[in-house]
Amino acid sequence: MSKLQVASKPPPKMDRNGPSRREIIVQTFFSLAATASLTGCLADKRIRDDFVQKYFKDLSPEELKTTLARMEKQYWEDYGKHINVTSTPPLEGVLYGYALDLSRCIGCRKCVYACVDENNQSRDPQTHWITVLEMDKEGGVDLAKADAFYDHEEVPAPGKFYMPVACQHCENPPCVKVCPVGATWKEPDGIVVIDYNWCIGCRCCITACPYGARRFNWTTPTIPKDQINTETDYLGNRPRPRGVVEKCTWCIGRVRKGLYPRCVEACPVGARKFGNLLDPESEVRYIIENKRVLILKEELNTQPKFFYYYGL
Amino acid sequence: MAFLGGSRTYYLWLALLCVCILQAVFAYAHQFQYGLITTNMRDSVSWGFYIGNFTFLVGVAAAAVLLVIPAYVYNWKPIKEVVIFGELLAVASIIMCLLFVSVDMGRPDRFWHLIPFIGHMHLPQSIMAWDATVLNAYLLINFCVATYLVYCAYHGKKYNPKIVVPLVILSIPMAIGIHTVTAFLYNGMASRPYWNSAILAPRFIASAFCSGPALLLILFQILRKISSFEIKDEAIHKVAEYMAYAMALNLFLFGAEVFKEYYSNTHHLVHYQYLFTGLHGESSPIAPYAWMSLLFAISSFVLFIVPKTRMNPITMNVGCVLIYLSVYIEKGIALIIPGYTPDPLGQIYHYVPSASEVRVAIGVFGIGFLIFTLMVKVAVEILFSKKGQPAHD
Ligand code: SF4
Ligand code: SF4
Repeated sequence: MSKLQVASKPPPKMDRNGPSRREIIVQTFFSLAATASLTGCLADKRIRDDFVQKYFKDLSPEELKTTLARMEKQYWEDYGKHINVTSTPPLEGVLYGYALDLSRCIGCRKCVYACVDENNQSRDPQTHWITVLEMDKEGGVDLAKADAFYDHEEVPAPGKFYMPVACQHCENPPCVKVCPVGATWKEPDGIVVIDYNWCIGCRCCITACPYGARRFNWTTPTIPKDQINTETDYLGNRPRPRGVVEKCTWCIGRVRKGLYPRCVEACPVGARKFGNLLDPESEVRYIIENKRVLILKEELNTQPKFFYYYGL
Repeated sequence: MAFLGGSRTYYLWLALLCVCILQAVFAYAHQFQYGLITTNMRDSVSWGFYIGNFTFLVGVAAAAVLLVIPAYVYNWKPIKEVVIFGELLAVASIIMCLLFVSVDMGRPDRFWHLIPFIGHMHLPQSIMAWDATVLNAYLLINFCVATYLVYCAYHGKKYNPKIVVPLVILSIPMAIGIHTVTAFLYNGMASRPYWNSAILAPRFIASAFCSGPALLLILFQILRKISSFEIKDEAIHKVAEYMAYAMALNLFLFGAEVFKEYYSNTHHLVHYQYLFTGLHGESSPIAPYAWMSLLFAISSFVLFIVPKTRMNPITMNVGCVLIYLSVYIEKGIALIIPGYTPDPLGQIYHYVPSASEVRVAIGVFGIGFLIFTLMVKVAVEILFSKKGQPAHD
């Protein structure tokens, strides 16, 4: 198997160093003033529009159009760029599925950073939707002994294998069941999505997800202006606000236009496969029918549409 | 204004509470500005100190029912007079619960998404939505009953049992309900084996029936000292006796849980190991608290089950404090954190609350205690204005 440089540093563990005492006091006064002027804020059209925005599924086609236009305008103000916000509907007769070849994956994290790029994930603090776990070949798949923070010069490390984990797009998703406001749901094509403008940030879904797939915006996400991906989808990679949950959407805006998710394209060893589970000719169907397939935490009846397999 | 006037201690107490609240306003403003990054919660441990306090206080609120059952169902005289304080405690606790949930929300400005008809409550599937519903209903019922009783007393009227009794009867299953639903919130998460146990709800109820009355017993003794509020020793000892049984049940259920995990020794044991010892040779920051909680529970149980120490005012008060601390640690730390550690992908994040979280929590308690103090002040003034004449006699 080929050796490859590790693409980047492992995901940083969160640091606990806050701002200094002085800073806190100064900032507190500013924020108190800000809070006090909340009523004034509501007079601000943007804040008011955000506050009263309806639930995505309740939007009429007309309202959806104005909502998308409003977002484009807000992003223009924030990033000084035209960011195209679309909302591509699901395709008929499609149920997406994903397959990943455990015997090929070398743990290089190229998919992780391609995903960050494509999906406008926060660079500071760093948000990753894909977690690559390193485990011992001897021990097999054993999450209790997995290391998500490995930091080698070169991968794969001897005696190790790698298991990337992201949202499994469960057919029976516990995260959807627990959401108190219905801010997350399963689309007809099987993709589990979140309405970032409806999520209240309670983090029930993070607790419910058995795959650690969901990410919370603990503070305002930042994306450098020159790194922003301007082709976005309402339910996918548009920039997210603070205080809401996000996760992998299988690049919903791309796949509904017939493209592959970015991680599939980025993988240097071709470990990642994607396709329509309902199409008997598709690659994922071939894999499920002909390879040794494994799904994570089968006993929980979440029925992931993400299949690990041993291709070699 | 019935809440004015009072001793120096009373005003000092109010001042202390105001200081607690004020410093929390600063901490919260900071959190509001920067987001929940000011807490030490992260994706691995996504609920922490706030939700732990919330869970504990739901138990305190539910415990009011312990006093309500004997008072109204058996019409047992010595306890009847003290029920109203149980109800006021329930009101204050639920308000604190709602505040803890609010400070934990990533988007408090979107609270209205949870309001029926205006927002979009995800019923019947979401236990969180149920929890919000039952908590608010319970708050409303207790508030109405307590206000009505005080109102009648103020006008020197006898209360109408046709109004009060059905509401009080209804509040009994609801008190069990709020704590059960809160337990189910954790219980229903198949992703977290530490909570996914059928006896979680009974354990919640058992521990609530210890901690709520522990607070009230101390309050009754204070009121007895500083006002003409009369409560017979008999009533206090009866409540203490109930608490002994509740603690016995609590310890038994805990033992059942520990046995299951350690004897079967599955992968799920890691959470208990994290709680009591630590994992992979690293010690866990919560283990000392876990042992402390267990020690307090056992010693308070001994103090309450032996009639002699139960009836002795000093040992009884020590027992109350121990129970309170034990349940507080159990709900606030030992329940939440090990449930998240290690996380579903086996990663360990050692969570301890940040200074900011502790400060906000102190403020929420400050608000709750302030509300409770003022309500009790008003109730005492009105109910016991004529010495030895409890109004709903
Ligand atoms: S993997 Fe987690 S976030 Fe994704 S659908 Fe399943 S439960 Fe939800
Ligand atoms: S954090 Fe958002 S998406 Fe997740 S359960 Fe809460 S409201 Fe729903």
